[in-house]
Parts: sequence; structure tokens; C-alpha cells
Amino acid sequence: MENIDIAIIGAGPAGLTAALYASRARAKTVVFEQGIPGGQIVTTDWIENYPGFPKGLSGQELGDLMLAQAEEYGAEVRPFTPVEKIEGAGLDFIVTADGEQYLAKTVILATGAVPRKLNVPGETEFTGRGVSWCATCDGALFKDKIVAVVGGGDAAIEEALFLTKFVEKVYVIHRRDELRATKCIQERCFDNPKIEMKWSRVVSEIKGEDNKVVGVGLAATNDDEDEYVLVDGVFIFVGIDPANELVKNMVDFDEIGYLKIDHDGRTSWPGLFAAGDITDSELKQVITAAAKGASAAFEALKMVDEKVCSI
Amino acid sequence: MSDIVQVTDAEFDSAVLGSDKPVLLDFWAPWCGPCRMMEPVLQEIADEHGDKVVVSKLNVDENPTTAQKFDVLSIPTLLVFADGQVVKKLVGAMPKKKLIEELAAWIG
Repeated sequence: MENIDIAIIGAGPAGLTAALYASRARAKTVVFEQGIPGGQIVTTDWIENYPGFPKGLSGQELGDLMLAQAEEYGAEVRPFTPVEKIEGAGLDFIVTADGEQYLAKTVILATGAVPRKLNVPGETEFTGRGVSWCATCDGALFKDKIVAVVGGGDAAIEEALFLTKFVEKVYVIHRRDELRATKCIQERCFDNPKIEMKWSRVVSEIKGEDNKVVGVGLAATNDDEDEYVLVDGVFIFVGIDPANELVKNMVDFDEIGYLKIDHDGRTSWPGLFAAGDITDSELKQVITAAAKGASAAFEALKMVDEKVCSI
Repeated sequence: MSDIVQVTDAEFDSAVLGSDKPVLLDFWAPWCGPCRMMEPVLQEIADEHGDKVVVSKLNVDENPTTAQKFDVLSIPTLLVFADGQVVKKLVGAMPKKKLIEELAAWIG
């Protein structure tokens, strides 16, 4: 069994920053990533609020830079290596990833959050065939087409604005009669002639023909009639859920499933730390994920040293 | 050991539909991060199975006609063509192990 000082689960900003701090301290650091490194920022067109980049940069670029910096100091990042199980083994942990077992002195959980589904007919069936969770990735393939964006927060409206670069028209479908998005983003949205608001509507169904999306059924949340709108694509941004399955029976959560941590990233299980969007910290941003990753690594390193010294 | 063949809209009919061997065609774009992750995987498939399948790439920015014709609405999308027909559609990045499983009928 391979021995690891600090096993980090998830290669987003929290995990990669933890890996940077851990590897610079010469701890044997392995980052397990179920898909592609970078985390949720990889699907973000442009990031303007991460300091040090006055003009902003693409999420993909920031993810690439964080990965390169962690690897520069010796962290091993393993893409497409999903962790299947974490178990306590005395004071250590056995981590099972892609069928292999590893013995880890400490674990930092940075699995983040995953986009919430609508759970309506057609959503899963037409994913990648008109249904998308990433305007940055797929927007350019909808040139001169008509699309729907579902949601009313910052992510939804920013993605709707991004899509107007390519498409003929964007319907923004929102369950309420006002947006949650930041005022400055709202203003850009209302000024854009390609965007039409569909207030007080929820998606009831995504319709497809010949293996691709052709329209959406909209149910009114007020007294209006239900309607059906012809679209070629549906982009869904209705929030995120914590990816907490791995530790469901190990640690304490808040009432909506985010991990409870203390100031330094400790969970309720000694040696198991957490950082980033999976935790109950209020602000969920790249900068806070990175900061909490550093804190968790710092505490994990202290514990690794204590374990080595006590042998 | 084979190279990955770059295909354009103009060459598509002859290079893909007219191919004697099955063709694995990767729809990609330079701005697509997951597409870049697939590059080494596709090169390995070309190296190890190039005798059975032609591994090709099509840049969707430069060749929108073919991408639209096959309803490519997310990238990376991988299509397998055999005898001029689409016989498999795979959407999204995936590790080599999974791709080999999906291609077993043509490279196994």
C-alpha cells in the first residue's frame, strides 16, 4: 500500500492550494481528482475578483496556473482517479481511489460542490445534446441559435450575457419576479437586447427530437398560463450542492449538507480536514477556497509532524 | 504507431466517410480545457490501435459545417464512423480506460 502524508481529495482551488502548501513543506502530497483538475472555475468564462490579475483571466487559465504551481513543488495530481472510500485506520486513513488503496496520515477533503439538477424529464437524456451546465464550454456551438438559461443568480446571468456573444436570443427563465444577481450584473442583463426575461416560470420538461433539444415546457409560478418555447439549448444554473457522499457517516454537517469546520479547517474527525465549497463557510469564492486550502494544509502538516515525531 | 490526422470541412467526406478503416473523430477547440486533457489519451489510442482505427481531430471553430451537421453541442465529442455512418457518439472527456472500453468493438 502506498503511503501518503497528506491525501487531498479534489483538485479545485482549495485542493490545489492545499497541495502547494503541503508539497512546499516537503510532505508526500497526492491530489485525487475524479475528472479534470481546476474545479468549478474551469467552467467559468472570466474571473475578475481573484487578486493579482487586474484585467481578470479565464477560469481555465487560473486552474492551469494553480495546477502548475502545485506540481512545481512536487505535489502529485492524479486526474480521472475517483476516490471511492475513506476509512479511519487507527489514527490514519485508508483511501481507496480507482480500486487502489493508500495509507494516508491526514486527509484534506476539497471535493467542492456540483451543479444542482432541475430533475425534469429530458434533462439527463439530452445532456451534451443541448442541455449544458457550462456556457463557456458549449456556448460557441450554439451560434445563431436560441437558448434558454435557467436561474436568477450571478452565475446564471453572467452565463446568459456570455451566451449573447454567440446566440440569436437568450430566454432567462426564473422562478421569481426579480433576480438574485448582483445589481451591476442585473443592469448589464436588462440592457442587453438579445436577452428576454421569462419571469415567474419554472422548467417542467425538456423536449427533444432526433437526439437533440427542440424546446422547453414552462410552468407558471403565478396565475399566467403555462407555455412552450422553442429552443436549441438549455443552460442550467440553479445553484450547487455539496459533494459530501464520501464522508457522510464520518463527520458533522450543517442542515443543508455542508461540512462543519473550525477556523483552521478541522472537521469533527481528527486528521480529516476540509476546505472550499464543501464547507459551511459563508462566502464561496476562489479566494476563500484557496485561503481555506492553505489553512487546512498548515494544520495537516502539524499533525503529520506530530505523528512522525511520536513514532 | 500513427499520427492524429487533422480533418477540415473540405476533407471530411474523403477522409472520414470514405475511409477503409473505422475513424475516431474528436471534435475540439483550442479554448476547451477538457479537450486538451483528451489529447494525450487520443495520441495513445493512435499509437496502440492505429492499425485498426484512424484517430482524427476536427477544430469546431474552423470547421463549423461538420460540427453542425452531426449536432455536436458540447465538446469534446467523439464520433466513431464506420462505412460512412456514425456508429457511436461519446460526449465529454473520459480516461483512457473508459475510452478503450467504449471502443472495444473496433479495437478489441
